[in-house]
Amino acid sequence: MSAPNLLQVKDVSQIYKTGPKAFTAVRGINLTIQEGDFVALVGPSGCGKSTLLRIITGLQPASEGSVLYRGKAIDGVNPHATIVFQTFALFPWLTVQQNVEIALKARGVGPTERRERSIALLDRVGLDGFETAYPRELSGGMRQKVGFARAMAVEPELLCLDEPFSALDVLSAEALRTELMALWQSGDLPIKAVLMVTHNIEEAVLLAGRVVVMEKEPGRIEAELRNPLGYPRLPKAPEFVMMVDRVYGTLAGTTQPEHVEMGTAPGQPGRTRGLPEININGLGRMLESIRDNPNQRADIYDVARELSIDSEEAIALTEAAELLGFAVISQGDIALTPTGATFIESSPADRKPLFAARIERIPIFKWLLDRLDATPAGEQWEDIVEELAKDFPAEEAEHQLDIIVTWGRYGEIIQYDDSEGVISRAVAA
Amino acid sequence: MLRLNRIFAPAHPVLRRISGADAVIVLGIAATLWALAKLAAQAPTVIRGPDLSLEPSALPVYAGLSIARMVGAYILSLIFTFVYGYYAASNKRRERVMMPILDILQSIPILAYLPVVVMSLTAILPLGFAKEFSAVLLIFTSQAWNMTFSWYQSLTTIPAELREASRVFQLSPWMRFKSLLLPFGAIGLVWNSLMSWAGGWFALMVSESFSIGEKDYRLPGIGSYIQLAAQRQDTRAITYGVLVLLVVIVGLDQLVWRPLLAYADKFRLDMVSTEAPITSWVYDALMGSRLVRRFRRRIVRPAAERIDNQMKRLFPVRMEFPHPLRPSLVGRFVTGAVGTLIVVGVWEGIRFLGQVSLADWGHIFLGLMVTFIRVMLALAIALAWTIPVGVAIGTNARLARVLQPLSQMAASFPATALYPLFLVGLLHVRGGLELAAMLLMLAGTQWYLLFNVIAGAQAVPQDLKYTAELMGLKGRQKWTTFILPSLFPYIATGAITASGGAWNASILAEYTTFGDTKYSTAYGIGAMIARSQDKNLYPQLMAATFAMVAAVIVVNRLVWKRLYQQAEETYRLD
Repeated sequence: MSAPNLLQVKDVSQIYKTGPKAFTAVRGINLTIQEGDFVALVGPSGCGKSTLLRIITGLQPASEGSVLYRGKAIDGVNPHATIVFQTFALFPWLTVQQNVEIALKARGVGPTERRERSIALLDRVGLDGFETAYPRELSGGMRQKVGFARAMAVEPELLCLDEPFSALDVLSAEALRTELMALWQSGDLPIKAVLMVTHNIEEAVLLAGRVVVMEKEPGRIEAELRNPLGYPRLPKAPEFVMMVDRVYGTLAGTTQPEHVEMGTAPGQPGRTRGLPEININGLGRMLESIRDNPNQRADIYDVARELSIDSEEAIALTEAAELLGFAVISQGDIALTPTGATFIESSPADRKPLFAARIERIPIFKWLLDRLDATPAGEQWEDIVEELAKDFPAEEAEHQLDIIVTWGRYGEIIQYDDSEGVISRAVAA
Repeated sequence: MLRLNRIFAPAHPVLRRISGADAVIVLGIAATLWALAKLAAQAPTVIRGPDLSLEPSALPVYAGLSIARMVGAYILSLIFTFVYGYYAASNKRRERVMMPILDILQSIPILAYLPVVVMSLTAILPLGFAKEFSAVLLIFTSQAWNMTFSWYQSLTTIPAELREASRVFQLSPWMRFKSLLLPFGAIGLVWNSLMSWAGGWFALMVSESFSIGEKDYRLPGIGSYIQLAAQRQDTRAITYGVLVLLVVIVGLDQLVWRPLLAYADKFRLDMVSTEAPITSWVYDALMGSRLVRRFRRRIVRPAAERIDNQMKRLFPVRMEFPHPLRPSLVGRFVTGAVGTLIVVGVWEGIRFLGQVSLADWGHIFLGLMVTFIRVMLALAIALAWTIPVGVAIGTNARLARVLQPLSQMAASFPATALYPLFLVGLLHVRGGLELAAMLLMLAGTQWYLLFNVIAGAQAVPQDLKYTAELMGLKGRQKWTTFILPSLFPYIATGAITASGGAWNASILAEYTTFGDTKYSTAYGIGAMIARSQDKNLYPQLMAATFAMVAAVIVVNRLVWKRLYQQAEETYRLD
């Protein structure tokens, strides 16, 4: 007998329209959460996982499809769901206790009961003695505890966590994860299911019974992986590492033929491939770390651990390596290509022309370089953003140009004059 | 202190490209001016003033009347702020229309339309009421805009997650206002209120003692008292008047604004504690008092609980998705009606302006140029002393502690109250009126600059100061490569407001009825406006007023905003 369905997401799409242009944030999402589920939503930045969370909690309506809660379509904020926010979202001018009480007050609980219940909840998360403190006096971990206490105050059935540990230091995050798990497993909370958005794959595997992997452009669900590991889970255990590796593998995908991988130029039919935001020096470090493995082939997860970077950064780096033709990815493994090997064998100065030669092949770069060649005086930043905005949402267009300029400056093929706002071809030294 | 100074600096929206909306707004202003000038033509040409007493015993009543006008206008400003700011911030389409309107309104020198507003009000309302109302209206226009900007900006910068939290936790509209919007806007609102009161006193002094030729619009109040005392050269009365005004301003500062500032400090958003919080002895005394504590516990808290519950019933939580706003039939009708009125107004206005001769236009243009030069001169003089003094205060913590509160107090003392005294002292000197006019303009500009320079000097990071020292920067080089560039954004911000203040002062400064004699500078747009009112030349009145408004808007757009934007982009230190 399967547990009753708590939440069903049916064919949900979110499309933002600005004038004649439309951008798909997420498309064709189907997801079911049953009582007793702890689901983690992972994916690269820009895959729409936060958007999906907001649709599920009823903070924003989906442009297509429906969200059913206990079989009934929601048409606004779901009163049985609550959110723990990444930045805590505490009212800075209210004390810890008032922050919890305000949630109770909104539900019409009287002053005396409000006080008792909020004090009991704060005890429960280990904040006794801090009732009259203001959030600014607390550490990040303690602030998030207030966030949890406030969320539990409204006795939700569906607890949604929006990257709840990513703004915390490593130790606080670890402690808080353990406490969350203890609370969840104790079973004496009214919470029926947990949905957690995270970009940290280890965290997802540590906590969740099911990992939903999302992909971007457009945001969609790539796979749902059941996590069979029993509790307590030990991050060092081989089964654990294998599970993390599986998620990495799903997330990193498989390198496609070049024309698919690189997409089309802006303004052309077809998908324009956005560039991932990376630290270019980190790219070299990652490639070096792959080289030091047998067959110049490594587990992405191993590489991430060796460089002590989180999975979001690791995925962005692998994506960049793929796009530049420095590495290929299949089944969670990343392997150096001959080009990639040449790149890291070169001196820092020699890497630049190599890097430049690679990025010149990417359609979005080619497009920009052609434009710049046609106008030697250079182009205005705003004008390029406007062009890019035909293929990306406004903010992302700006972001993409930022990345393009950073890469182009590194490759010494583009220069940008900030005071004039002009992008132009770099003059050969 | 640093943060607070930056809030004290006025809000300026980013430079927009000049849009169609701007043109419509300017045309709307033209249409309004025409309607007002048309009305003004019906106004009585001779108005008798009140019988004022110079007895010191009359002063408490006068002070009370002055404060009442200020409070009335402030309440109006607050209501306007909440409503206008909220509506502008809550909808993108409304924002696109409402913010440019506000932007232009705040850049118009309010004293420019004092004459035409006063006259048209006396045409349609009973005289006594019209005078009071125009005083309140004038103060309102000097208070409301910056408060509204601050409120709007606070609303638009509330973090998305806090907004979402208030929705997820189902706060009622009232609770949202009370626990999210109001605390979020509190600091900006209180500081801007403080600034608005200073501006309000400035306007109040003018409107209480406003008279032109045979039209005596004076009102019983401190402003008219000081003016009359100066006219009669009654030293005792002058002393009493200035003293009472000083007591009122310092009293309000200590009893109302300081405690409010100390209280608002609670609503700081940054999650770190500051090293130098605002202190107020009144606030400390209130907080320390057992009586007050008991009052809060026994009366305030239960009352607040009841109000909250009542408001929740009145304005229940809305959980459903908001419906997208569609242009309603009423909205279209209103837009159409306003559009028609503007078209008619502009058309009639142009015909009306046809009565202005070419020679008059020439005078208006010449007047504009002369006033512009005066404004620039006042600004230059103000810069010359505020930069060295401001840097001295800003880089010396001990000096800052002593001088900053003093200068803030000095800034809230209205220069317009002292204007009659300048006149008494200078009128018999050759070029005395010119000098008095410059003094008044200077008084209207310098404080904004000083505060901004101080804030700028305080904002320079310590590391940069060390670097400058290590590099051995000295003298001229230190100023040109280090101090001036760091100050530039702050000076630009200060200069925008300061030039606004100077234009404002020109109306009063260039043309004055003092006793039974009229004094006027030979040229100047302010003098043009006042003279045409005095001589009942309505088309000229409209032409001159519109010319001044248009000139200020153009200068703002072409000079100040550009400078400001460049400052923001190039010399920002954070």
